[in-house]
Amino acid sequence: MYFEDEPVPGYSLPMLPGHVSPGRLERVLRSGTFAVTTELSPPDSADPEEVYLRARVFDGYVDAINATDGSGANCHMSSVGVCALLTRIGYASVMQVSCRDRNRIAIQGDVLGAAAMGVANILCLTGDGVQAGDQPEAKPVFDLDSVSLLKTLCTMREDEHLLSGRALTSPPHVFLGAAANPFVPPLDFRVERLAKKIAAGAQFVQTQYCFDVPRLQAYMSQVADCGLLGEVFLLVGVGPLASAKAAEWIRANVPGVHIPDGIITRLRGAARQRQEGKRICIELIQQLREIPGVNGVHLMAYRQEEAVAEIIDASGVLDGRKPWFPGRDQPDQSSSVKKAAIAS
Amino acid sequence: MYAVRRWSVRRARLFERWYDIVEPALIACHPLWRMLGYARLERPFAFAERWVKGFLFDCQMCGDCVLSSTGMACPMNCPKQLRNGPCGGVRDDGNCEVLPGMRCVWVEAAEGAARMRDGLQKIRVVQAPVDSRLRGRSAWLRVAREHGKQRAQSPVTATTES
Repeated sequence: MYFEDEPVPGYSLPMLPGHVSPGRLERVLRSGTFAVTTELSPPDSADPEEVYLRARVFDGYVDAINATDGSGANCHMSSVGVCALLTRIGYASVMQVSCRDRNRIAIQGDVLGAAAMGVANILCLTGDGVQAGDQPEAKPVFDLDSVSLLKTLCTMREDEHLLSGRALTSPPHVFLGAAANPFVPPLDFRVERLAKKIAAGAQFVQTQYCFDVPRLQAYMSQVADCGLLGEVFLLVGVGPLASAKAAEWIRANVPGVHIPDGIITRLRGAARQRQEGKRICIELIQQLREIPGVNGVHLMAYRQEEAVAEIIDASGVLDGRKPWFPGRDQPDQSSSVKKAAIAS
Repeated sequence: MYAVRRWSVRRARLFERWYDIVEPALIACHPLWRMLGYARLERPFAFAERWVKGFLFDCQMCGDCVLSSTGMACPMNCPKQLRNGPCGGVRDDGNCEVLPGMRCVWVEAAEGAARMRDGLQKIRVVQAPVDSRLRGRSAWLRVAREHGKQRAQSPVTATTES
């Protein structure tokens, strides 16, 4: 997808009428294009090059990159930091904000700072409990929850003031996202939760890993019954499983990830389990694309980031388009030199 | 106590009726509470509330009670103190991701709310973040004072909420 008003990297796109953010992700989704987002796991490092190396593997395959905020309650480079680095060279980033580590004062300040640095998308999360991470002795904050966080940021953007009522001279123009997990109990209540998030200001949703298409279909029909289709852009979470053993481990140890027995049996029966994992992921993406109300996929390939390009390519969901990446629109130096050499 | 807390959620409808009687009575007594002095009543009220609600609901004395909007399951018992619904980590058996031996507070809340008069109506309301200045204070007394004051100002339009 090519935008004629593509800015100099580091500067935001012009904001279109009816849009809330100057970001590429909102443009892609509002144009009705099937979107692809992915997740960058922030390094345990203060070196910006490590962030860029991790982002570069997605070049040409994703519309936005999520930067996790201490995922699994483990400390890594902050999502504000990662997003600031990414936006500096023009990448579209989704800043994840979790309520576990910061209170409302810190979060509102971070959001202003992030928006000032060009972050156009924010995913509002509650966050994993501290017991899940490598520093379980830490104090859990949870001053806000994901819904009140959404409401807070929506207030900042729309009403142009902080929670305290103090006015903002320039509001943060951010596209607001929320997470959803349609695959875990209380199943019937999950749509209520989505409705609440939409009411609080969610404009896009990225779901937990989907390995169970029938369960998602049931959820989507509930979404339709509640009149929520079209109220929110829904990106379904997918990812390649490395092996049957890994899948079993995830199922037993990562709360919130639901993997049906059928998937594990299929992996176990395969000669090359890693390849089979990717094939399952590709098939899932193709099936999800056909479900009404699904606007894209969020590909989380933890420790298999290099597989993202291959999976997206094989799934064919980009329909031949090439999402923006630094250098996409510049004439290829090496090939033009070669052409000149051939011509002479 | 965990068993009592779950018993209370199963009787959400009963407690709703109980609150329907007690709350207007508390509010009606606003002139009396004002005469005795709200500041003076704070400690005895908080003491009573801690015992009664602590026994029945494992109340954590946040001072910003939303029990009637959460199916009579106290959301402050959630390790993440979520006041707007369950997180994405609920286990397949409906138990908490942080405390595997405890049923998710919001699985309970959804069941409790389904038993109440308005069903899921109240649980749909987006709850504001808790005011941490109210921690340890009596929610009953606060409701009496706020609604009592409101009623004194506009006797016709004042209605109770929680």
